[in-house]
Amino acid sequence: MTIKLGVPSKGRLMEKTFDWFGARGVSLSRSGSDREYAGKVEGVEGVELVLLSAGEIPRELSAGRIHLGVTGTDLVREKLGLWEQKVETLAELGFGGADLIIAVPACWPDVNTLDDLDAVSAAFRAEHGFRLRIATKYHRLVREFMRENGVADYQLVDSQGATEGTIKNMTAEAVADITSTGDTLRANHLKILSDGLVLKSQATLFRSRQAALSDNEREVLKVLIEQLDLES
Amino acid sequence: MSDKALVRARAADIRAQFENAGAQAVETSVLQPAEALLDLYGEDIRARAYVTSDTLLGEQMLRPDFTVPVVQMHMAHGAEPARYTYSGEVFRRQEEDTTRANEYTQVGYEVFDRENPAAADAEVFSLVKSALGNVPLRAATGDIGLLMAAVRGLATTSERKAALLRHVWRPRRFRMLLDRFAGRVDLPEGRAALLEQDDPMQSGIPFIGLRTPAEVVQRIETLRADSVAKPIPAVQVDLLEALLNVRETLPFALEQLRDIAVDLPAITEAVFCLRDRIDEMSKLGVDVDTLEFEASFGRTNMEYYDGFVFGFYAEGRADLPAVATGGRYDALTRVLGQGNEIPAVGAVIRPEILLQLEGSK
Repeated sequence: MTIKLGVPSKGRLMEKTFDWFGARGVSLSRSGSDREYAGKVEGVEGVELVLLSAGEIPRELSAGRIHLGVTGTDLVREKLGLWEQKVETLAELGFGGADLIIAVPACWPDVNTLDDLDAVSAAFRAEHGFRLRIATKYHRLVREFMRENGVADYQLVDSQGATEGTIKNMTAEAVADITSTGDTLRANHLKILSDGLVLKSQATLFRSRQAALSDNEREVLKVLIEQLDLES
Repeated sequence: MSDKALVRARAADIRAQFENAGAQAVETSVLQPAEALLDLYGEDIRARAYVTSDTLLGEQMLRPDFTVPVVQMHMAHGAEPARYTYSGEVFRRQEEDTTRANEYTQVGYEVFDRENPAAADAEVFSLVKSALGNVPLRAATGDIGLLMAAVRGLATTSERKAALLRHVWRPRRFRMLLDRFAGRVDLPEGRAALLEQDDPMQSGIPFIGLRTPAEVVQRIETLRADSVAKPIPAVQVDLLEALLNVRETLPFALEQLRDIAVDLPAITEAVFCLRDRIDEMSKLGVDVDTLEFEASFGRTNMEYYDGFVFGFYAEGRADLPAVATGGRYDALTRVLGQGNEIPAVGAVIRPEILLQLEGSK
C-alpha cells in the first residue's frame, strides 16, 4: 500500500509545491500529457501523488482519503470544523502567502476600524432597512471573527469570485477576501480596516489524523517525514 | 421503550402539565423561512441553525427554537391574554462541540399578558420548577431590565446610550464602548485625524457603493458631536460595575440593588419590578430566600431577553447544558409585531437532559 499525497493540480501553487519537495530530494512531477491529472514521485518509495483542486484537499484530508495534503491554511480553517482534530500541521511552506482581510470603500473617510464598521452597520440598517452586506466566500471564518469582535447588524453575501467588484455593483457594502499585495483592492477603490485581519494564510503541508495507516504505511510516512526534515 | 420514545413520553407529560395550567397546545412547522430569523438574530444564527433551500421558497431553516414562530402566530391572530405550550424537536448546528446534541426536544410554555408582568414571570418560573420534579438542580436568575435601565439613566448623549443598549448582549464590545465613553481609553485609530480635517469628503477618491455621501457626512457630524460630549462620570461607571457584580441570594441582591438605586435612581423602577416579582414568587411557594440572583446572568447567550431571565442547571455537571431556560422578551414581540407589542415571558425544558439526570440519580 502507499501513502497518498494531495497537491494542488495546477498553477503556481502546484509548481511551488513541486519545487519545495524537489529541494528536499523528493521529486514530484506530472506524468503523461499536460491535461492528464496523474503524477509520479521519485526519491522516496511508497508515496503516490494525487492531483486535486486546492479547495478539495481539506475535505479529502478530513475524510482520510489522502494521508498528506498541501493547501492553504485559510481553506482548512474555513472548511473543517474542529480542524485541529482532523489534521496536523507538518510544515508551513513559505509561499502562497495571503491575508484574509475586511475591506471597505476608500471613499468612506469615517470607517477605519471594526468599531467604525459596527457603528456604520447600525446606521445603514436604520437607513436602508436591511443589514450591511459583506461579500465573501469565507463565511465561517468571517462570522467567527465578527462575533469575537462584537460586530452586529451585518450580513454575509456569498461571492465566489470578483468579490472586489461587488461594492461598485451595489451587491455589497464591504468585502472579506484574500489579498497578497493589495493591488486588486486599491484598483477597486477599497481600503483594509486597520484591525481587519481575519487570518494570515500560506501554503501548508497537513497530515490527516483520520487516514488509517498500516505498519508498512506508517514506516513509509516516517521515512518521508525524515527525508523532508520535518518534526512530527 | 427506546430513548426517543421515552423522551417523547416525558415531553407529552410535561406538556400536559402546562395544558392543565391553562395553556393552549400549539404546533409549528419544522421548516421556517430563513429571512425572519436572519433579520432577527443576524448572521450568528447561521452558525447555530441548519439552513436549507429550494428554488421556490428560497432559504429555509430547520426550526432552531419555537419562540419566534409562536410569537409570530400570536401577533398575527392571538387573543389576549394567551398561554401556549408546545413540544417538539429543534435543530442546532454544533460545529465547536461534538458532545452537544444537534437535534433535541423542547417543551415550552409562553405567556402573553399585559396585566401583571411580575405575576407572569413568577408563574412561568414556578411552573417550570414544578415540572422539573425532584432532580437536584441549581436555579440561577437575573434581570436584563436592570442593566438596560441603568444605561438609560447614564449622564450622556442619547447616541451613546443607544450604542451601549445595542450591545447589552455582547459584553466585550459593551465594555469597550463604556471605557471609551468614560474617557478611559483612546479613540479608535484614524478618528482624531478624521476630526482634524476641514473637509474629509474632498479626498478625490471616487465614491462607490450604496452608502451615500450624505450618510458619510451624517456620520462625521455624529462623530464631531460625540468628540465634544463630556465623558460619562467615573462614579456612574463604578455604579454600573457594582450593578453588574451583584451576585447574591434574592433578598440580599434586592438590598444591594436598592443601595445602588440611591445613587443611580434610573434603576428604581426596575428594582420595584424585581421586588414585585420576588413577592409573586413567594406567593407561589418558591423559596426566594435561597434563590440565586446574578445581575450579569443571561447576557451572553440570550439575546432578546430584556427582563427577567432564569436557568436550571444540574449541580456539578458543567458538561451538561441547562435543563431549562427562560425569560421575558417584550422587545421580540415589538420587532415581530409590525407595530403591535405585548409583554411576553416564556421558558423551555429539555426532557432528554432531565431523563439523563433522573437515570444517574
